[in-house]
Amino acid sequence: MTAGLWTHWVLPGIWITLQLTLYSAALATAVAFTVGMARTHRSRVVRFLAGFYTEVFRGTSALVLMFWLFFVLPSLFGWALVPMWAAVLALGLSYGAYGAEVVRGALNSVAPAQREAGIALNFTRWQQMRLIQLPQAVPEMIPPFSNLLIELLKGTALVSLLGVADVSFAAYLVRLATQESAQIYSVTLVIYFVIAFVLARGMRSVERRTKAGIGITATPGGAR
Amino acid sequence: MKTWDWSAVADFMPRFLDGLLVTLQVLVLGSLLSFTLGLIWAIGFRAPTRFIRWPVHAVTEFIRNTPLLVQLFFFFFVLPEFGVQFSALTTGTIAIGVHYSTYTAQVYRAGIEAVPPGQWEAATALSLPTGRTWTAVILPQAIRRIVPALGNYVISMLKDTPLLAGISVLEMLQQSRLESAATFQYTEPLTVVGVAFILIAYPASLLMRALERRLVR
Repeated sequence: MTAGLWTHWVLPGIWITLQLTLYSAALATAVAFTVGMARTHRSRVVRFLAGFYTEVFRGTSALVLMFWLFFVLPSLFGWALVPMWAAVLALGLSYGAYGAEVVRGALNSVAPAQREAGIALNFTRWQQMRLIQLPQAVPEMIPPFSNLLIELLKGTALVSLLGVADVSFAAYLVRLATQESAQIYSVTLVIYFVIAFVLARGMRSVERRTKAGIGITATPGGAR
Repeated sequence: MKTWDWSAVADFMPRFLDGLLVTLQVLVLGSLLSFTLGLIWAIGFRAPTRFIRWPVHAVTEFIRNTPLLVQLFFFFFVLPEFGVQFSALTTGTIAIGVHYSTYTAQVYRAGIEAVPPGQWEAATALSLPTGRTWTAVILPQAIRRIVPALGNYVISMLKDTPLLAGISVLEMLQQSRLESAATFQYTEPLTVVGVAFILIAYPASLLMRALERRLVR
């Protein structure tokens, strides 16, 4: 592989992959908290809508959703998405649905007496959520979120099928240019593995920090 | 702005059913491969020597933390360089089975670790050979607990089968792309495929939840 291919395709590809991971993770986190908290809402309608959302977006395939957002949305509504944003939307919405289940589970695992204490202190529902339930639930969410983040990183490879020039797409181009598949695909796999490793390590330290914040020492090897 | 056209749905049905059949075929064969290989990895995790344990850990971690799509391309483009020629369908099935075997390995491992140590000791006390210990004592107790978790991975695998469209396997997504290319109808075929996934995956996940209640604990 020549230096030109490396600097023109592979390095920018890595950057695109990282950007995609970051943006989709941000969207997925927002969706996960919104939908996950909605699933513990007292109104049955809100709970049903949130449950419907998770079942639909967990039920379908992220790749099909991505193609749908990219190819069908324009013809149905008359406006088109840039491939990059179709990808971010698809990944964020579907991994957000997985994350919502994590948020719901963690909120349910907070002892009910904690919320009752909030009621006794005359907190509003939002104050109970923000000051009592979330601070205790968030550390519980970090290990499953860490796994989801790795899944999300792996999911970003799908965007190469829409022609977004991420690292998988770069690998494809390099293969066409050099006719050497083994080398470039091995390198690509290693690149993904290194990113995944760094992300998992980062999440491990986030876990330690959030647990220390509420006075729990994290168990070693907590994630996974 | 374009309205929904049911006749386009009807036109897509023959291709869709072909695609569905291929998807299910990949799913069944891929699941069988992942169940078998996953068990082999899981037994490797417990091997008496670290010269087996460490490589097994390294290989499964590497496969599990890298994207299935890149692995598909790896198998599809690299194996022929070493003179191993498979059809796209076979390559795809093998790749998806190997990828998910690293997940099922973790499930088996958890299931095996959940078998109480007394069971191992009892097998030793009865001086059962290693093979009998696994097949007659440990696995029957472990597998019962992990059926729902394995089932959930089968559902995940179903949702990853469209990736095989990347190497031109004629599963549901690729069929919808062919239909769109032939008729310029993008809306209906893709929507049908998306809904089909929900219609298969949702009842399957309900079934797994019911199984979980019945089999676990």
